[in-house]
Amino acid sequence: MILDNLPALQVVIPLVGATICALIDRRRVAWPIALAISLVGIVISVALLAQVLAGGPISYAMGGWAPPYGIEYRVDVVNAYILVLVSVIGAVIMPYAPRSVAAELAENKQAWFYTMYLLNLTGLLGMAITGDAFNAFVFLEISSLSSYVMIALGRDRRALLAAYQYLILGTIGATFYVIGVGLLYAMTGTLNFVDMAERIVDVESSRSVLAALAFLTVGISLKLALFPLHVWLPNAYAYAPSVATVFLASTATKVAVYLFLRFFFSIFGARFVYADLPLTEILLVLSVAAMFIASIIAIFQDDVKRMLAYSSVAQIGYMTLGIGIANLNGLTGTIVHLFNHAVTKGALFMAVGAVVMRVGRHDLEGLAGIGRRMPVTMAGFVIAGLSLIGVPGTVGFVSKWYLAAGAFESGAWLLSFLIMASSFLAVVYVGRVVEIAWFREPTQAVASVEEAPLSLIIPTWVLVAASVVFGLDAAFTAGVAERAAEALLAGIL
Amino acid sequence: MRLDVILRVISKLLLPFMLVFALYVQFHGDYGPGGGFQAGVIVAAAVILYAIMFGLDAALEAVPVRVVEIMVPLGVLIYAGVGVASLLLGANFLDYDVLGHDHHHAQELGVMLVEIGVLVSVSGTMLAIFYAFAGRGR
Repeated sequence: MILDNLPALQVVIPLVGATICALIDRRRVAWPIALAISLVGIVISVALLAQVLAGGPISYAMGGWAPPYGIEYRVDVVNAYILVLVSVIGAVIMPYAPRSVAAELAENKQAWFYTMYLLNLTGLLGMAITGDAFNAFVFLEISSLSSYVMIALGRDRRALLAAYQYLILGTIGATFYVIGVGLLYAMTGTLNFVDMAERIVDVESSRSVLAALAFLTVGISLKLALFPLHVWLPNAYAYAPSVATVFLASTATKVAVYLFLRFFFSIFGARFVYADLPLTEILLVLSVAAMFIASIIAIFQDDVKRMLAYSSVAQIGYMTLGIGIANLNGLTGTIVHLFNHAVTKGALFMAVGAVVMRVGRHDLEGLAGIGRRMPVTMAGFVIAGLSLIGVPGTVGFVSKWYLAAGAFESGAWLLSFLIMASSFLAVVYVGRVVEIAWFREPTQAVASVEEAPLSLIIPTWVLVAASVVFGLDAAFTAGVAERAAEALLAGIL
Repeated sequence: MRLDVILRVISKLLLPFMLVFALYVQFHGDYGPGGGFQAGVIVAAAVILYAIMFGLDAALEAVPVRVVEIMVPLGVLIYAGVGVASLLLGANFLDYDVLGHDHHHAQELGVMLVEIGVLVSVSGTMLAIFYAFAGRGR
């Protein structure tokens, strides 16, 4: 019985946990609840993935209303993979959270922070699991609103401005999404993804469907921070509390990429999107622009968190590049990069968060010589940085390998070259941090700091280890990603 | 002599009717237009009217901030709790059929319970927003 209800429990448990955290409003109770729920989330998502890999898609009828009339939760390989990704990151962050949150947030706000974290988890898991376009919008709003709050809780006053900026752009994105869904509903008379995909074939030549595609593309691109719609992202990541930055950077944009994949491949269908429209060219140009321009901007940042945030924009470029290439290897590259970038960037932001906790600042100058005082943390940063660059033996290499192979197969050898060339920009900005942190004399402020506590180091190193282990043996991650890509491309292969 | 005596007396007279009307809208929602959201807004409007006429302190005494802060998550918890109850009774999440002895009674009971959750959350949220703005600069 419990196995049948796993899709509902995946979303309901964090939701109930969030309300309980808010009701009790005590930080000592809130953290254990959040930790327990994150761990349960992993168990559920792994069980779902195992079920899907063994027995094909699972359909769950909310409230007993049969799809397509009721809300359907539909788990296939693609979103089971996303569910595992989100819940794994959530569970790795929670042991890290209490010390970092205690250092950065006022005591009376900490319970609310965990409430918002759990709501965000609810929203992201819900977006990933639902098979209903409007339900996805509701969860998109739940995750967005809670992330605005989490960002605004940052102790820097600029956090408020960053949250406001994200609020405006995020709301525009969500509005575009709902306009697109509304147009599709008007044309097909359904909100269920599977049903919509079947009915859209009859009306796809209409202008309304084209407009819907345009609205959805722009709306979701805003949420996933596709260049040049990324302007909300650097400030949001830079000024949010460290734990929120880690969680948002590792999961929020990834789930938006998933939604993008779902609409492009499962609903509109790759043939419609790519054969009849110039979307391939648009996506490729914007992706390459993201890879280069955002990386170059990252080089000139004097704040580590902002630098990593711009690097995220560049990395999102790789993901959309794979969507633009749209063959099996390219799409596998996109999907495997969702996971690979999540663990890499999560490890980097965790290492920076540990430094922020000890030093109290995250500008580059403040980090001079920190490698000598916090060697374990910064060693983690270096290894994760190598993965960001894409050095063989790390997960970054695996993603770029698939992307380059995909580009080569599609005849765009220039793209393969650009993927490699942009990696050199990552060498520069990661190298800058390494140079300042390891090769400079510690400043007065840094000289007195100690290594980060174990509760911060262990989660950081779990992600660092993941970015090496899955880089050396990519059979599992790339295998699942390839099955997901096959499922998405089923229409055109 | 205060000039707003008419306003004060009329609003005092209105308040119970507003609350009863909120309940009417609430329960009418099971069958037709209405429901927890609209009723919640009316309940909150009644308290806000009271605050405007008799001052924020009087309203805070009637409905303290702590109560409002509890109402917001409590409503969601009631809603989700109904879903969990149907899970525990062996059906899908929010499947009301198992809550009562036959289909119609069970569906009505389920809708009524979740709408009470909506009422609690919406009125709590409205008041929380009002208090946050009204309390600025204090």
